[in-house]
Parts: sequence; C-alpha cells; structure tokens
Amino acid sequence: MLIVVCIKQVPDTTQVQIDPVTNTLVRDGIPFIVNPYDTHALEEALRLKDRFGCTVAAISMGPPNAEGTLKKALALGVDHAILLSDRVFGGADTLATSNVLAAAISKLNAEVGEVGLVLCGKQTIDGDTAQVGPGIASRLDYRQLTLVDKIINLDFAAKKIRVSRKLEGRHEIVEAPLPAMLTVVRELNRPRYPKVQMRLEAAEAIVEVWNNKVLGLDEQKIGLKGSPTWVSKIFSPERDKGEIIGDGYADPTGTAALLIDKLMAKDMLPL
Amino acid sequence: MTPNQTVFATLLLVSLAVFAWGCWKRLSLISLGKAEDRFDNIGTRFGEMLLYAFGQKRVVAKPFGINHFIIFWSFLILMVANSEFILNGLFPHTIKLIRLPFELYVPLAFMIDIASLLALIAVTVAAVRRLVAPPYPEARTLEAFAILGLIAILMLASFTLNASELAAIMLRSNADPASFLHTARKIMPVAGLLAGQLPPLQLETIHGAAWWAHALALFAFICYLPNSKHMHILTAIPNCFFRRLEKPNTVPREEFSVGNTFGVDRVDHYSWKDLLDSFSCTECGRCQNVCPASITGKPLNPRAVIHDIKVNLLENGSALKKGGSPQNPLIGEKGEGSVSEESIWSCTTCGACMEACPVFIEQMPKIIQLRRHLVETEAKFPEELLNLFENMEGRSNPWGIAPSERTKWCSQLDVKPFDGETMEYLFYVGCAGSFDSRNKHVSVAMAQLLDKAGISWGILGKDEKCCGDSVRRLGNEFVFDKMARENVAMFKERGVKKVVTQCPHCFSTLKNDYRQYGLELEVIHHSELLRNLVQDGALVMNKTAEGMGTTVFHDSCYLGRHNDVYDAPREVIAAAIGAAPAEMERNRNNAFCCGAGGGRMWMEEHVGERINLTRVNEALEQKPDTICVSCPYCMTMFEDGLKDVKADNVQVRDVAEVMAEAVLR
Repeated sequence: MLIVVCIKQVPDTTQVQIDPVTNTLVRDGIPFIVNPYDTHALEEALRLKDRFGCTVAAISMGPPNAEGTLKKALALGVDHAILLSDRVFGGADTLATSNVLAAAISKLNAEVGEVGLVLCGKQTIDGDTAQVGPGIASRLDYRQLTLVDKIINLDFAAKKIRVSRKLEGRHEIVEAPLPAMLTVVRELNRPRYPKVQMRLEAAEAIVEVWNNKVLGLDEQKIGLKGSPTWVSKIFSPERDKGEIIGDGYADPTGTAALLIDKLMAKDMLPL
Repeated sequence: MTPNQTVFATLLLVSLAVFAWGCWKRLSLISLGKAEDRFDNIGTRFGEMLLYAFGQKRVVAKPFGINHFIIFWSFLILMVANSEFILNGLFPHTIKLIRLPFELYVPLAFMIDIASLLALIAVTVAAVRRLVAPPYPEARTLEAFAILGLIAILMLASFTLNASELAAIMLRSNADPASFLHTARKIMPVAGLLAGQLPPLQLETIHGAAWWAHALALFAFICYLPNSKHMHILTAIPNCFFRRLEKPNTVPREEFSVGNTFGVDRVDHYSWKDLLDSFSCTECGRCQNVCPASITGKPLNPRAVIHDIKVNLLENGSALKKGGSPQNPLIGEKGEGSVSEESIWSCTTCGACMEACPVFIEQMPKIIQLRRHLVETEAKFPEELLNLFENMEGRSNPWGIAPSERTKWCSQLDVKPFDGETMEYLFYVGCAGSFDSRNKHVSVAMAQLLDKAGISWGILGKDEKCCGDSVRRLGNEFVFDKMARENVAMFKERGVKKVVTQCPHCFSTLKNDYRQYGLELEVIHHSELLRNLVQDGALVMNKTAEGMGTTVFHDSCYLGRHNDVYDAPREVIAAAIGAAPAEMERNRNNAFCCGAGGGRMWMEEHVGERINLTRVNEALEQKPDTICVSCPYCMTMFEDGLKDVKADNVQVRDVAEVMAEAVLR
C-alpha cells in the first residue's frame, strides 16, 4: 500500500515582509521551511510506515529550489520524493495546483503502488486557503477527511479508515472507505527529528523531478492559464501602535497596577 | 616456617604471572579505543606528571589528601624495601640491606622504618574515616577495607621481621642489650623498639612467621592490584601525563560523511584516553561531591559514569577484541555497566567534576559523546529540546524569534554596524542579550559603557547568529557544525579580530570551540574588558554604586572553571561598590552551577531539588541586597530562584549594570 504525502515549501512566516510597491512577498533572503502542518502529515505517514510497513512517497509542486523540502522528507524516512516542477506549473491557484498533484498521485498509483491514503496539512501558512487537499480528493474521486486530529482505526485489508476530525468545540468521528485524502491538524502527532545519517544520505540523494512532459497535462488546466483566481492585492493590515505603560523594569509592581487599571477601564478584565 | 627459596621463587613467579595477566587483560582493552594524539609537548607533560602525580597537587587540595600523599610516598620508599625483600628471598646469602655500607644502610633503614610507620598510621586513619565519615556512603566497600587491611598487614609484618632480625643480631653478637637496642632504635625507631620486646627463645619462629606473612601479603597485593580499582596505582601516573593540557572546556569535532558513526554508544567508540581514564579512577568520590546534579538528587553521578564505562569495557572486552559487537549496552537501564539516559541528560557541563578529579579524568566530554549518539544517531532526546533544535537551526536563536528582531535592544541607542576596517571591537551581543527582555538591559549598559570609555565598536546586528553553545553541549554536533562554519566564515569575511561578549557561553565557544575551525580570535569577556578600562583610567567612577548594598558574586562556570577568569568580575564590582564583593561558601573554582549550562537552560528539571534554588539559598546565607552575575543564564536562574523563595528584596545585577551604576548615573 502506498501513502502519498503532499508537502509545500513556504517562506518562514515570522520573517515575511511584503514589498509595499509590488504588493508581493519579499522572498529574497527569506529562509524557506516545510509548511508546518505538512510536517504532521509527513510524521503520520512515517508512523503508518513503521506500523504497517507501507511505502511512503512525498510530492511537492514548486520551483527547483523546493528540492530542499523533499530532501528534508527523505531525511525523515520517506521512500520516494518527487518534485513537480515546470515553468508551465507556475502561477497556479489551488485548482491548477490540485490538478498537477492529482495527476502525480495517479501516476504513482499506476507505477509505484496502489495508493491507499493521501495526507496533506490542513492548509499552508502562506496561502492559507485549505483548498488544495480537498481539491486533490475531488480530482481523484477519493473520500476527503479534513482536519483530522487522530486516526482511530486503519484497516488496509478491509480498505477502511476511521478518524477523529477536530471541529470548533467538538470532535467528529468519521469512517470512510479507502482510498481517502486526509488533511491533518497539529494535534495529530509530534513530528520526529531527523537522524544525522539519514540527513547525510538525503543530502546526496537525487530528487526525482517530474515536469509536464512527464505528467502530460493540458496546459489550459495548469499554471496561470488553468487558474480562475488570482491575487489582485496583498497588504499588511493597519495596526494601531501600542502604548508603553510605565517602566516595568524599574517599578514592576506599580506598572502591573497601571496595566490592571487600563484593562479594567476597557472592560477587559472579568471580575 | 623458615624461608624457603624454592617455594618463595615459585610463589613469586605465580604472582608476577597473575599480575602480568591482570595488567595485560585490562590494559590491552585500552587499545580498543580510537586514536587520539596525546603525545604533544612531552616536556610539559612530564612536568605536569611530576607536579600532579608525584607532587599530588590536586590530591592534597582537600585536607584528607594529605593522608593519600603519605601513603603514596611511603609506597615509593617501601618499593626499595620490598625489592630488597624479594631479592633476599631469591638470593638469601647474597642480598641483604644490612650488607650495604653502614653510611648507606643507616639512612635507608631509617627511612623504611619511618615510611612503614607513616603508612600504617595513614591506612588506619583511612579505615577509621571510611567507617565514621566516608567520602560518600557507598564508599564503605569490602574492597576498600581489604586493601587497607592488606597494607596494614604488610607494615606489621615488616616491623616484626625487622625487629626479629635486629634481636637475632643482638643475640649473635653478644652485645650489651641496652646499648645495642639504643643504637637500633636510632636506626629503626619502630623495629628497634619492638626488638627489645621479642622473647629470645621464639625468635626463629617469629622471624619465620613474619617473613611468610610479609611474603604472602606482598604476593596477594601484587595479584590483587591490577584486578581492582587499585589499578590506579599503575594508571594514574600516565593519566596525569596524558591529560588534556588545555582546559577540557570543549569537545572534539565530528566528521560528517555518510557511513560514519556519530557519538558513542559502544565503549570502543571512545578514545584510548577515555578508556585509560576509566582505569585510572579510584572512586574517591570527589567528583560526585561537587556535581550539581548528584548533589540535588538527579540520577547522574560522574563517578558512576566512569565506573560504568570500565565495567562495560570489561564485560564486552573479549567480544570486541575478536571484532564482535558488544553484548551489553553502554547506554541503558541495565545498571552497573551502562549509563542511563536520564543521567546523561542531567549534566550541566559545569566542569566541577573535572576540576575536582585528582587524576584529570575528563567526565564531561564523555557524557556529551553519549548525548551525541542519542541526538544524532537515534534522534532521541527530552521532548522540550525539539523546539530548541529547530529554532537554532532555522532561526539561529533558542526561542525561534525572527532574526530581524536582533537589534531591537538598541533601537533607542546609536549603535553602528561592525566595520573591520575602522573598529576595534565586535560586540557580540548573543541571543540572551538580544532577545531576553531582562538581559537586554545588560546589553544597553554595556553599550553605554563602551561609548563612555571611547572604545570603537560595532555589532553584527541582524546578521549576528547564535554561537551554538547549547546545541553543542546537548550533543547536536551536526547543527553546531553548521552554525560554527557559518559564523567562522562571517567573522573572517568581516575582518573580526577582537570580540567582546557579555555571555560566558558565547565567550567560551568563540574562544575555544571555534579554534577547531581555524579561527583565532581575541575574545574577551565584558568583565575583563571593563576591568581593563577601569585600570587604564578610561572608565572613571562618578560615585560609589551604593544602591547595590551588600553584593555577593556568583561565578559562572564557563567564565570561571572553564576559562579561569575569576578576578576580573570581582575587581569590577570592587571598583564600583568600593569594597570586595561578599563570597558564597563555594566560590571561584569550587563554585556551584546555577543549573543552566549544558543546554539545561532549555530543559525541565523534574527530579530532586532544583539546582538554582540550592544556589540561591547559598547566596542568601550572605544576606545580600544584590547578587551579581556575569552570565545571562545565571541571571535567569537567580531571578527565577529568588521569586521561588519570595526574596523580593534581593536584586540580581550583571557586572556591567553594577559598573554602569557607578560610572553613568
């Protein structure tokens, strides 16, 4: 049984700045990380590998430098890492992206092994749409189980999965047949730390790159051309400047009292 | 029961064979260790060996060490007597001390008699001490008493033997007993005194019995020596010779290429010197009595770690010699012969154990090697370290704060970026000085003092990266290696020559660890620079910093023990407050760790008493108004500890803040 994990390289959001002129993310010199939610999807796939001995493939669509993200997945123990990279994939919205990822998953299903599960993070921290995972499920006609915080039962033989979904204020237990696409939340697990030996091997490994010659998708369905949505403007919301109250270093007690007065005046302290 | 050459020679041969076999069996195991060069500076090494092995400098640093000094030197002198005894046993008619010229015999006999007496007294004292007030409770072992008893038997037999020989000479020569004994007592005070008490008719029997008792005790000692902890008699001297000549404040680099092993989880992955260390330990317990982890009830005991390495080596030695794999794990919960993970993570790398060890055993690097295996090979470590490792690798600071925030501490000051062409000092602010709200005040004080003194200095600003101290001591050498390479490249590119740091961890890492990467910087801790500036007259006190009140100084381990800087911070405080700071009971090289070193800053402390509370309470005994520190970690640990004991009236100040109070206000 093959488990496919979709991961994305995203800019480290604590270090993101927006270019005020072009309204785009300043990417120069900003370090990239694996989308944090995806690391939980990756971890869950690796745990299932440890438990059931299934094969794990990580795929990522992105520019050539997204190879680093896949090497991180290799260092953690995935069996296959494939970068979906082609100029014609560029400028894709969530629909076009899910077309490419779905095509890659179909190809893996045909060539590597029967896909039982596709795991995605619940959303990326740069686009924040949470649409790509469900998009993949729709394109492939897989069951979609979003916001999973626990896999309660997984039976590859009977092709059944039972999960807990973390919703606002409640949990929902859902059972579905396989193959299924899961998007996962942070509570699902605690990601592992890579072993040095595997990092070194991953650094030397060659990440397979599939371009559109390999996938053979209609150019009207991918990249900018295949994207019905586009970003017209991106900006940082205006935020009121804060206020420095007292001197907490010289007079911590007095400053705390000042703060309490302020908060009570604004009715922000329940009494 | 008369001396019998054949029996004696046979027993001697057997003992020597057992001795040689024991030595070979153990010492050949040392060759299983990895290569390490400890043959540089032979002349210095020889001198250090004379000072520390023969001079017993560290042994006598503790009062009871005098007792060991006496036993050691008695042994050296008695080697002459025992050689004579053995040769006499083999060639009874040719070799005898008394056949030497009288001028040579008299002082030699006198020395032997006195040395025997001193040794007898010393082993008695040692036995009583072990019964009444042992160095540590587990020290009351049968083995310890057996060896002390054996030495006592040797001495008593030797006295009796010498006395009976003197008495026999007296009888044979028909000399006047009173004047003969008088002379005899001058030559051999104890044996001479005893000679007068022996019954003349049983002299032969007594002589025979004493001779055999001495022979058998000596053989027992020879056989026992290499098979017990008393092997240190043979190994401690070379261990002092091969000691790390520089302070063991760092750990060796690792080579990161596919197929290498990382860290140590089998005893033969240690270096030969590490293995020699394990045979040099005589389990005196001085390390555990100063270890902050041991004292506060953590599972770590540095003596036990060294003992477990030895036991593991003995257990696995024969399999390893044949090229096999070890049968018993070095890391695990097996008990004797393996080191538990919990004890591995308890170490604060304060270096107190290494400072206390009379024979220079290097405990800390061995523990870090075990951590390396856990982190690098098994990716297994306390869960709170996961974030730390990721933050360090991703954002080059322990908290994962955006590097762009590094300069916020100086937003109100006119601080310039470092320029190697025009500026003398790089002020390497460090992560705590840049991000920690309390320690930012120290950075500000330091910046103002540097300006006041007219120093030309700058910072790396947003380009500054963490030095990597915590990840290295936590065994994440892979990440440290990356961080060190980046920093070294940047320092070289920016033309950095002189660096001032306000954190002893940055200080020691830049100064000692980065040298392994070919970077020779002149690194100075801010307390040293401030002291120099006061001495040069560049900083002048406006007033006495009276607001500090009674000020007690706490030594940071990485400034003091690991780098021998003890006086500079004290002189800075003295200049600022007009009097020498108060001292805690444990100070300078005996100072007690705050609990944050070795990456413990980032870990929870679940077991035993909290280390920082122990130290805070020790500081409070001096009834201070101010506890003065020289390290951001110590600052945090003391501030937390004072809150815990609700000592609101005591403040914690860095040396730079104390100085600023006198110079700037």
